[in-house]
Amino acid sequence: MNLADMQRDFQSWLVNGSEDAADRLSVHAAAGLAVYQNNYRAQLVSCLEHAFPQLRGWLGEDEFRTTAIAHIDRYPPHAWTLDAYAEQFGETLQRRFPNNPDVHELAWIEQALGEAFVARDAEPMSVDALATVDWDNARLRLTPSLRVHVMNTNVEAIWSALCEERTPPDSEMLVEAGGLLVWRRQFTSRLREIDALEYAALVLLQKDGSFVGLCDMLVARLGEEDGVAKTGALLASWLSSELIVGVD
Amino acid sequence: MSAVFSGYGLGLRREHYRDFLETDVAVDFVEVISENFMVEGGQPRHILRQVRERHPVVLHGVSMSIGSADGLNPDYLKRLRHLADEIEPLFVSDHLSWSRIGGFNSHDLLPVPYTEEALTRVCANISQAQDALGRTMLFENPSSYLSFPDAAMTEWEFIAEMSRRTGCELLLDVNNVFVSASNHGFDALAFLDGIPAERVRQIHLAGHSQGPDLLIDTHDSPVCPGVWQLYAKAISLLGPVATMIERDDDIPPLAELLQELSIARNLGLLETRRRLGEAA
Repeated sequence: MNLADMQRDFQSWLVNGSEDAADRLSVHAAAGLAVYQNNYRAQLVSCLEHAFPQLRGWLGEDEFRTTAIAHIDRYPPHAWTLDAYAEQFGETLQRRFPNNPDVHELAWIEQALGEAFVARDAEPMSVDALATVDWDNARLRLTPSLRVHVMNTNVEAIWSALCEERTPPDSEMLVEAGGLLVWRRQFTSRLREIDALEYAALVLLQKDGSFVGLCDMLVARLGEEDGVAKTGALLASWLSSELIVGVD
Repeated sequence: MSAVFSGYGLGLRREHYRDFLETDVAVDFVEVISENFMVEGGQPRHILRQVRERHPVVLHGVSMSIGSADGLNPDYLKRLRHLADEIEPLFVSDHLSWSRIGGFNSHDLLPVPYTEEALTRVCANISQAQDALGRTMLFENPSSYLSFPDAAMTEWEFIAEMSRRTGCELLLDVNNVFVSASNHGFDALAFLDGIPAERVRQIHLAGHSQGPDLLIDTHDSPVCPGVWQLYAKAISLLGPVATMIERDDDIPPLAELLQELSIARNLGLLETRRRLGEAA
């Protein structure tokens, strides 16, 4: 058996437990095959447990483990970094819990916090630097760690309670959808619940960063006076939170 | 004398970050898992830069997959090069194993068959890696739990020839020799005698566990007496070599690991004295 065929058979053994593949490998010390398969699966379960600690608490140990095993069966890892293995877990959660937006939003929070933790560094923009900005043509650069997501449930309250080891509230749908904002400030990943308007503003800025576009959207939503005032208030908030790292 | 001796070190683990950043830890180098720091930014890179200001650093990888039949991942090599250029490590190492085939990555150190075809592929991959990194690499003998019927040579013969063809250097994991020798029934001393002593730059020590049928390389316990004996034998053959203790699970306070590391220091000191006595 050549090297490539051996490695493909080994893959089949690890991923599918293929007895045919194991027979073709015809290795000495067949007990060793079981060791490698156990290592493979245990490592992936551990990876998911590490990436989603609060989701694990929310689902319960047995349900989380069953879901993790279903994920491992369906999604063999591809990337060189184990960190990437958490990325597709949301797809498995969608299949197993199609009617539980709280589960999906909780998973999104933990995935986003993990990504933000190792996102590219960027110096926050100082308030002093605003003095020279040409606002008519300004394009705001957001921190590379920023992630936003729509929020339809009280997931922020659930996540906070789980983190603080308090009894979490029951899951419920929000009367009006809001947003979730995750970013890293210095070396700490942060989560903030935002309203629908700020969520829409950040989604718009993520597209092209246009300050004029942001003003136009807020004026269209709130009217001239309130729209301009809201633009200033959001800008001040984002600067103080270190969400803006430059203006082009 | 086989190696440029660089002292005694420990693996940098999250549980000990504060010790390494806030106190003067008595190690000669620290070893980090390369992939944990091959990230865009954030705290991991920041901590590594701070530690590097205090100690020489070894970059030890687990994902190069030097035995892959379909070659290496250029993106991986590029990221590792970037990290190495910044950190200026004492050594850059990985394992004589494979983890990737096609689009699949097992994230485990899978065994390479000791065949001529595998040797040719491993050597080509090592040359590619050393060219991409612009430096000589060290490769570690892994623990293994099975062997292949079509093997044409022993593990140590494979390693010796791999090093001869590529110029790569060696990271001798004494615990892995102990584990594999037990699992496959070969003589650990034959392994030590069979590898090219002049190519060994670093030694790993670790603990292992007894599984139902095999010894398992778990890194979750102190180095056992049998591994210490094998280490003493190794340095009697090699001379003192940069040595570190790997601990990846059930991680104790740093003081315990430093105490364990002092055993290696003392054995190295005894070997140096023995050699000085012989020379006199």
